[in-house]
Amino acid sequence: MDSKLKIKMRGLDVKVFYGGKGALHGITLDILENKVIALIGPSGCGKSTFLRCLNRMNDTIEGALVTGRILLDEEDIYDPSVDVVELRARVGMVFQKPNPFPKSIYENVAYGPRIHGLAKSRTELDEIVEQSLIKAGLFNEVKDRLHDVGTSLSGGQQQRLCIARAIAVSPEVILMDEPCSALDPIATAKIEELIDDLRRNYTIAIVTHSMQQAARVSQFTAMFHLGNLVEVGATDTIFTSPQEQRTQDYITGRFG
Amino acid sequence: MSLLSESHMKPLTRNIGLKRRYRAEKRFRAYGLIAICTGIFFLGALLWSIFSHGYSAFWQTSITLPVRLDAAVIDPQNRRDKNPQVLITANYPILIRNALSEKLSIAPDDHVGLRQVNRMFSSGVRVQLRKMVFDNPQLIGTTQTVTVLAAADIDSAVKGQINLAVPETKRKVSDRQVEWIHELAADGSLYKAFNTGLFTFAASSRPETSGLGAALIGSIYMILIVLALSLPIGVAAAIYLEEYARKNRFTDLIEININNLAAVPSIVFGLLGLAIFINFFGLPRSASLVGGLVLALMTLPTIIITTRSALRAVPSSIRSAALGLGASKIQMLFQHVLPLAAPGILTGTIISLARALGETAPLLLIGMVAFVANYPRTPMDPATALPVQIYMWASEAERAFVERTSGAIIVLLMFLAVMNIAAVLLRRRFEQP
Repeated sequence: MDSKLKIKMRGLDVKVFYGGKGALHGITLDILENKVIALIGPSGCGKSTFLRCLNRMNDTIEGALVTGRILLDEEDIYDPSVDVVELRARVGMVFQKPNPFPKSIYENVAYGPRIHGLAKSRTELDEIVEQSLIKAGLFNEVKDRLHDVGTSLSGGQQQRLCIARAIAVSPEVILMDEPCSALDPIATAKIEELIDDLRRNYTIAIVTHSMQQAARVSQFTAMFHLGNLVEVGATDTIFTSPQEQRTQDYITGRFG
Repeated sequence: MSLLSESHMKPLTRNIGLKRRYRAEKRFRAYGLIAICTGIFFLGALLWSIFSHGYSAFWQTSITLPVRLDAAVIDPQNRRDKNPQVLITANYPILIRNALSEKLSIAPDDHVGLRQVNRMFSSGVRVQLRKMVFDNPQLIGTTQTVTVLAAADIDSAVKGQINLAVPETKRKVSDRQVEWIHELAADGSLYKAFNTGLFTFAASSRPETSGLGAALIGSIYMILIVLALSLPIGVAAAIYLEEYARKNRFTDLIEININNLAAVPSIVFGLLGLAIFINFFGLPRSASLVGGLVLALMTLPTIIITTRSALRAVPSSIRSAALGLGASKIQMLFQHVLPLAAPGILTGTIISLARALGETAPLLLIGMVAFVANYPRTPMDPATALPVQIYMWASEAERAFVERTSGAIIVLLMFLAVMNIAAVLLRRRFEQP
């Protein structure tokens, strides 16, 4: 990889066990700042598991055990001195299914800044909400109904609301777990455009099942299979001349 | 060629048992309809029986007449200034008897008639007039218009509950009394009025002066105690077990025990309360505090179980969303999960409160089946409860207690209906985001 680029997050020999059963068998992977990295691979290959390690969402699963090290700006996020709440404020997440809170659009976006005390006044909070909605490309569609309930939006709008909610706490990294799998092609296109815009300010890791999406939005691609990292490299290279037979087979649709 | 065209003409002749399948569905729907109709029939029969017996309990025959508060009867020796005791022991019923016999023109030497007049009105007038005179001794010597309750048998006769075709010697109301009833009713001094006493009087051996007052207060105390104890404890226990406790043998054991406790017969909780609260901690018997504690123990498992299932029903995506934003676990619980689980928790709580309100068996064991003639001032005072009062009235012999039993059942059912409606309304309110 390009040596000029700064490494934002780095996984070192990450292994995950669910109830003693191995799900990831030692992943070492760098995530570069202000780039989009796509994690691809067939179902059950561990790409979502790896993503969930990056903000320690695996902590919430009973019986999950993570070994190895994951660095965020050179600091081990599994170190006992790291507060998981603070970590998640730095590494935000967007989930597969749009999951807005059953509250107003405004409250959805304002929740994160509020619990972290990011706004000192009501006007400041209003400003954060507006900016987040603008960045998520949703503001023009909802500016007249900020106090409508968030679940009344369409699926694509809900997912952009979730993205706005995630960026409202100004994270450094945004993790996206198949953010478009529940959306129609038009909504998907909007989200993909948005991801490309967000790259300027954030580092993004996205899990996707769509090869086209990976090719469109990412600069780097990591191919997972059966809990192992098969290959990682610039997206162009991976899609045009993969080094591994398994990658070749997967992206041409021969398995998975 | 002919074979091919035939198959084109009849493409759907395959027997896939459609008729049989539709018949089965029709049959099943008929069974369901029959089941619901049977249920509605029995519910209707039950309600009709209760209301037809009980509605009359809300009306009570009263007699309004001018009564001369004769000093010669109340205080013949004029000693009331020195000895107020005189006003307490005075023979007040005779004042009413005199007033009534005067109105009905009974000769003072007609002893049989006077005795029958005496049985026209409730002997509760003793208390009523005593209080009136004791509060205001100036009334002695004046004539006051007083409304007194009719005796229970007269009340029953007025309501048509006594069969007048039975020979006079075999019934409790004589022909003369029936005549008097008509006479008094004709000039409006005997009439039926709303029976406020049913709600205000405490226990009494006379049906006309017995009411649900003490039982209502006891029940309210107990419901408040149950609510104050079992809601916070139950919800806290459920949150801990569901969200924090690790799944291991010990928590499995606790879970099994909670599920079993929910099915334990309520009388067993009564025995537990007797052994622990009364015999060990020495709390007073018949107190609504003990009743409330016992009922709280009884409702706890139900509240824990319904709260846990309400918590489990909150979609995990909401939890992930909150945690993913950096909410701490307690913020996630109190700001997202609990508000979403609140309708379920509330419904469970109100339903189990309603069950506690209607519970009789455990209260019998802790001595709440008691003759409580005074209002309980605190939860430590002897009290009784609505269902226990119904139980006690049901075992009384007088005709007038029969209607009161049904009347009390109606009151209890009203309370339960109000609680259930409240549960529905609260649920609707909380479900609106």
